Amino acid sequence: MTKISSYIEKVNQANRKALSIFLTAGFPAKENFVELALSVLENGADMLEIGIPFSDPLADGPTIQQSSQTALENGVNMKDVFSFCEKIKSKTDKPLILMGYANPIIKYGTKNFCEDALNSGAVGLIVPDVPIDEYESFYTNDFNNFEKILLTTPASSDERIKEIDKKGEGFVYCVSVTGTTGTRTNFDEHVLKNLERTYSLVTKNKMLIGFGISSPENIKTFLPFCDGVIVGSAVIKKINEDYKALPEFIRTLNNACELR
Amino acid sequence: MSTQTIPPNGRTSYNFPDAKGKFGIYGGKYVPETLISALDELEKLYEQAKLDKEFNDELDALQKEYNGRPTPLTFAKRLTEHFGRAKIYLKREDLCHTGAHKLNNALGQILLAKKLGKTRIIAETGAGQHGVAAATVCAKFGLKCVVYMGEVDIERQKLNVFRMKMLGAEVVPVKSGSKTLKDATNEAIRDWVTNVSDTHYIIGSVVGPHPYPMLVRDFQSVIGEEAKEQIKEYENKLPDYIVACVGGGSNAMGIFYPFISDEKVKLIGVEAGGYGLNSGKHCATLTLGEPGIFQGMKTYLLQDQYGQISEVHSISAGLDYPGVGPEHSLLKDIHRVEYFSVTDDEALDATLLLSKLEGILPALETAHAVAHLNTLMPKTNKKETAIVNLSGRGDKDLNTIISKIGDKIL
Repeated sequence: MTKISSYIEKVNQANRKALSIFLTAGFPAKENFVELALSVLENGADMLEIGIPFSDPLADGPTIQQSSQTALENGVNMKDVFSFCEKIKSKTDKPLILMGYANPIIKYGTKNFCEDALNSGAVGLIVPDVPIDEYESFYTNDFNNFEKILLTTPASSDERIKEIDKKGEGFVYCVSVTGTTGTRTNFDEHVLKNLERTYSLVTKNKMLIGFGISSPENIKTFLPFCDGVIVGSAVIKKINEDYKALPEFIRTLNNACELR
Repeated sequence: MSTQTIPPNGRTSYNFPDAKGKFGIYGGKYVPETLISALDELEKLYEQAKLDKEFNDELDALQKEYNGRPTPLTFAKRLTEHFGRAKIYLKREDLCHTGAHKLNNALGQILLAKKLGKTRIIAETGAGQHGVAAATVCAKFGLKCVVYMGEVDIERQKLNVFRMKMLGAEVVPVKSGSKTLKDATNEAIRDWVTNVSDTHYIIGSVVGPHPYPMLVRDFQSVIGEEAKEQIKEYENKLPDYIVACVGGGSNAMGIFYPFISDEKVKLIGVEAGGYGLNSGKHCATLTLGEPGIFQGMKTYLLQDQYGQISEVHSISAGLDYPGVGPEHSLLKDIHRVEYFSVTDDEALDATLLLSKLEGILPALETAHAVAHLNTLMPKTNKKETAIVNLSGRGDKDLNTIISKIGDKIL
């Protein structure tokens, strides 16, 4: 079992689904980002996904795009991201996962990126613009010690989901809907059918559902079809709208992950 | 000659893309998982369609009866006399229906979209020429059309915005990033990720994930095929030089591709030098960029030291793009095509030169290719011939031209 999956297993054994929270590195400010991340962990996140800001985040909706833009304006670069991870990791045992687009990673140099990222305490990596078709050309041996988390979507065929499960490590990131990141108000029966399908096909890895999850109610709906959930845009939105209410928001999400 | 035969393989050793959609190390499918099934479906359908007589006949008929192909190859007598060197011919894509080469590709793709059973078309546009082409084919075939266009471009290419709306398209202003072509492309891709089940994305250039760079090239290579036949009729030999402007690079790939195996024909791509290569405000991707991954492809990019995509500049909205088609990246590396750049001012001068000497007002994009003749011609001799791909006409640019050099004209 990988580090991430054994951590998820531990959470599941405690009769709850895992809660992974996405934060854009250096958003809303560079200075107190570490503090923000630690507060999110203290208030009930089981894992953190830290987004590496990119100028052209194709898979992201307006909320995360904007946060990425702000982070870049704050002067956040790869070294800052690693420094955040190092400081967070020194205070927690929970898994840190990096999420970043391909270009800044190859520009940094994949060997250096992997060394520096792993040294800073990150264990998992999600690159949303590298599908399994480009797995071999992108994930060279440099990435061997990273848990490479791959994504499925409602448009993925059964065969592809099996292949993604086979190649993926850490967990399978199941994208709930077609589209970019961002909150959605309701999920119809097709969405749930697809989650059921995907969950039944993912056998090797744990599976977490992400994209569009904004409330405890959403989480409750998804609990039967996953080992955990990922909340991103809704958290960024909360930071934008009511920063002080974030700890309480994380606690309600955490509560919703309890199985009782 | 059929106007839409299957393009030749080029050099015997030149057969790209490979099965994985790669042009050497470039190209590929660097997109979110959601789009893979749509790309695979498109690729499969296209591989069938290009061998299908019915499909090719339908496209040939449209190219001829609707688009006005073949376009002429015009001997530019006074421009030739002006330089006093090689004979200059102009491949007149400005005479295509809608005023640029863009319709060649849009016609091919709308037929594919119909076969895929898609009911909604999206497109990105910079200069508006591709947006107009997409809106045109959607009007003709009765499909819904949504065009993404950067706010900066909406302002400088207002005429084309009106044209698109008159053709029934919805034009969505893009406010993110530099508010130009790259951001319009991001937004179109995001739309496609969301609406992939009923929507076909007509990409306007030889960019993006496989199979787009290949299929756009193939649909545009009708330009080079015609030019090859036409120049043989005039000169009884192949040209010595072919010059085309390069933004994403579709008109250039279209005219270059059928000549790739003809090693003696020198192929020259001209990028937008903006305010100059030292200014940091230009689009000379192949001249000054380095390989990276962006908008679905591995290719040369203008980027900063952290791998963030640069905000670039060109007076010409159609060249204002920090990337370039992956096949151009390969052609640069194997030295089959040589790439140069010309500045905004040089392009404006060339616009006036061609207008006054040949009675042809070129698009600002196209004017970059014309401007390169100042560099190229002194190195040529009277026995040689050059073809400039006149990719589009310049009516759309009058606002920009008036604001920049209006007083020079009046």
